[in-house]
Amino acid sequence: MELLAPVDVVIVGSGWSGMIMAKEIASRTTLSVLVLERGGPFRGLGAYAAEMDEVDTFIRTRQAPNPADGTFTTRASHMDRANPIRQPRFPAAGTGMGGSSDHWGATSPRLLPEAFQIATHLKELHGAAKLPANNTIQDYGITWKDIEPYYTRVEEMMGTCGKAGNLNGKKIKGGNIFEGPRSKEFPNPPHPMPYAPQLFAKAAKQLGYHPFPMPSSTLSQNYTSPDGVSRIGCQYCGHCSFFGCMVGAKASPNFTLLPLLESKGNFSVRTYCQVRRIAHKGRRATGVTYVDASGKEFMQPAETVVLAAWVFNNARLLMLSGIGEQYDPVTGKGTLGKNPTYAVQAGLDFFLDKPQNNFMGSGGLAMGIGEFGGDLGAEGAGQGAFRGGLIFSYAQGSPPVISAFGMVPEQEARKNWGSQWKNAAIKWNDRSSTILSTGNHFPYRQNYLDLDPTYTDRWGDPLLRVTLDWTDAERRQSSFILKKQVEIAKAMGATGIILRSGTGAAPLMVSTHSHGGAIMGTSPETSVVNSYLQHWQMPNLWVVGGSALPQGEEHLTLTVAALAYRAADAFIDRYVKRPGALA
Amino acid sequence: MKRREFIELSSNSIGGLLIYSLAGVPIVANAQQGKVKVPLRFFTEPEAKVVVAACERIFPANESGPGATQAGVVVYIDRQLAGPYGTDKYRYTRPPFVESAPGHGYQGKENPQEIYWAGIRRLGIDFVKLNGAKQDERLSAIEQTYFFQLLRQHTIEGMFCDPMHGGNAGLIGWRMLGYPGPQMSFRAQIGKYNGVAYRPRPQSLEEILGSPVKPWEDEALG
Repeated sequence: MELLAPVDVVIVGSGWSGMIMAKEIASRTTLSVLVLERGGPFRGLGAYAAEMDEVDTFIRTRQAPNPADGTFTTRASHMDRANPIRQPRFPAAGTGMGGSSDHWGATSPRLLPEAFQIATHLKELHGAAKLPANNTIQDYGITWKDIEPYYTRVEEMMGTCGKAGNLNGKKIKGGNIFEGPRSKEFPNPPHPMPYAPQLFAKAAKQLGYHPFPMPSSTLSQNYTSPDGVSRIGCQYCGHCSFFGCMVGAKASPNFTLLPLLESKGNFSVRTYCQVRRIAHKGRRATGVTYVDASGKEFMQPAETVVLAAWVFNNARLLMLSGIGEQYDPVTGKGTLGKNPTYAVQAGLDFFLDKPQNNFMGSGGLAMGIGEFGGDLGAEGAGQGAFRGGLIFSYAQGSPPVISAFGMVPEQEARKNWGSQWKNAAIKWNDRSSTILSTGNHFPYRQNYLDLDPTYTDRWGDPLLRVTLDWTDAERRQSSFILKKQVEIAKAMGATGIILRSGTGAAPLMVSTHSHGGAIMGTSPETSVVNSYLQHWQMPNLWVVGGSALPQGEEHLTLTVAALAYRAADAFIDRYVKRPGALA
Repeated sequence: MKRREFIELSSNSIGGLLIYSLAGVPIVANAQQGKVKVPLRFFTEPEAKVVVAACERIFPANESGPGATQAGVVVYIDRQLAGPYGTDKYRYTRPPFVESAPGHGYQGKENPQEIYWAGIRRLGIDFVKLNGAKQDERLSAIEQTYFFQLLRQHTIEGMFCDPMHGGNAGLIGWRMLGYPGPQMSFRAQIGKYNGVAYRPRPQSLEEILGSPVKPWEDEALG
């Protein structure tokens, strides 16, 4: 193993979390900052244009991490045997500069204020006994006041577009009147709305709801951020979620942060570096060890280690490094690997009798309603459903053609192949739409992450084993939301509705909306990191990213990015001056 | 290296240019030529003929438009199988291989090349000689197999892929759907065609970029 020259800060991963930390530290201090990225360099806008190919980019997941190098194993319960996800169904996790933050859909709502004190809130509202059995909900350790300024900073960096529904407590028609009070209007106006979201808004209004344009961090117009980074508006090309943006309109660390860092002498990045361990001695991380593309091993010493890998990989790296106590679902002891969640999905596809031009759009282009975005009130509680999610109608554009083809009303074809099916599929092609919701997912005692005893990656390290399933509470919540969605679809003029069967199958929950495993909280007894995302046992180790979220929720990228800014401020303004545990 | 094999496909049904971007050498065939010989990368000619016939039953030419044969679906599948996908270069293939809950997806050891070899033999090399009804019977008998699921999925992919992959010849699939292909901008159109079809002339990725793109399956060709 080659010993390298030490740096002040080594950052593992170049997604939103890693790059926000890198940009803040490298521009506000003189510390040397090194980012290690397992994938390749930023490929550039021209490459993204050439990747507008559904077969290679979406179906074969050409730009995603190679599953042959390593994957995750999953199972529904600790009684089952775990199997590997041998081939993900779409490119959920990312690799290369920007990580998954480079091909997200850019749907950008904030969480609701009470979400940060979810345990306190729900116990006050319903009493602990009424809540789903074996839940392990807990507060984040911060309040709305702590996070709101950081949400604003994220929106300005990304150029998020939308319309405020609650500006400093004043409710504003046309925005989401159920959102938490925001201190500033969105930096950009909403996108123009295509036909299906327009129909959704009309139908929602008829039903007494308050539709609003979903916040999206793809630009609706040309924009220059407070950092001085200029980008052009979205072209609605329809190759958005799971694709890199060929014009730079979709917020990505490669467009909003990397340009600010490239000229800085104290910043450097090394690509094709797979970090395998966090080295440590006593209560200090001493650096990281990694292998490069040729398989050569290196030890990179550092004063501070920032772990910002893909969500569950943060927990895995801590486990492989032997840092922290593994969570045990039987005794409830240990914190590492605790509270993995996945936003509870509910949705339906439906047919409309007019062409939709579904191939145009943008990943976060949608109209939504906020009535069921938080507490489900007495109606929900009566059905054993406590928290929901925003309900919305997307015009995402992607995947544009192959994966969108073949859905037909049940009565029109007996089989899913042959002449009759083909006729129906051609007839109904581009005459369907979807209503979706991604919402609350309670953490449970029996859901957890640990290292797999059987399967290993290409370097011989155990894969992460994900034990995760829905309970009846998630099925009740999903069915509550589905009923509301069906009412809206009918009011939109749906001629046929296909329910997306709600499922908590574990393999499907290692994907775009995974959270937890190295959670934040108020005490080392119940969490891995403090509210600044600093490791409780190792003050010079910061574990930043979706791994910190103790609860599954609505689209969380904005929250993840806001927490990263908060961590960066704490590190720069407090830790650097007086290194030690922050309280 | 195996003997080079060819499949003959009709080029007279789509009334214009039929472009098969082959290993570095694009062949341009026009309607007058009637037939075009496409070199195969993976299948033998008899295997390719079984695949042509089976895909045509899955996605037949009929009153709503052209089918799998005319789109060159077999060319698409042949190239996918010859590329990294066919040999599982990008799948987690460490043992043990144990069947499990359906959510985990395919857990088998066999790669797509092996699945096609076995699947084609199960359909029978005499498949091409059967009438349509008999062919449907044989396909129905394997409907639940992973091979059939792949064959159906690959047929749809070959119908509607970018033509650089060998299918959707002459953009025949996209024209049937009214899908315009990967356009650089819909900014002028977004939010304006409410319930009204916007159907510009479809263009391939190479056409809109003005330069060829190398699909993944061509990586091994150098």
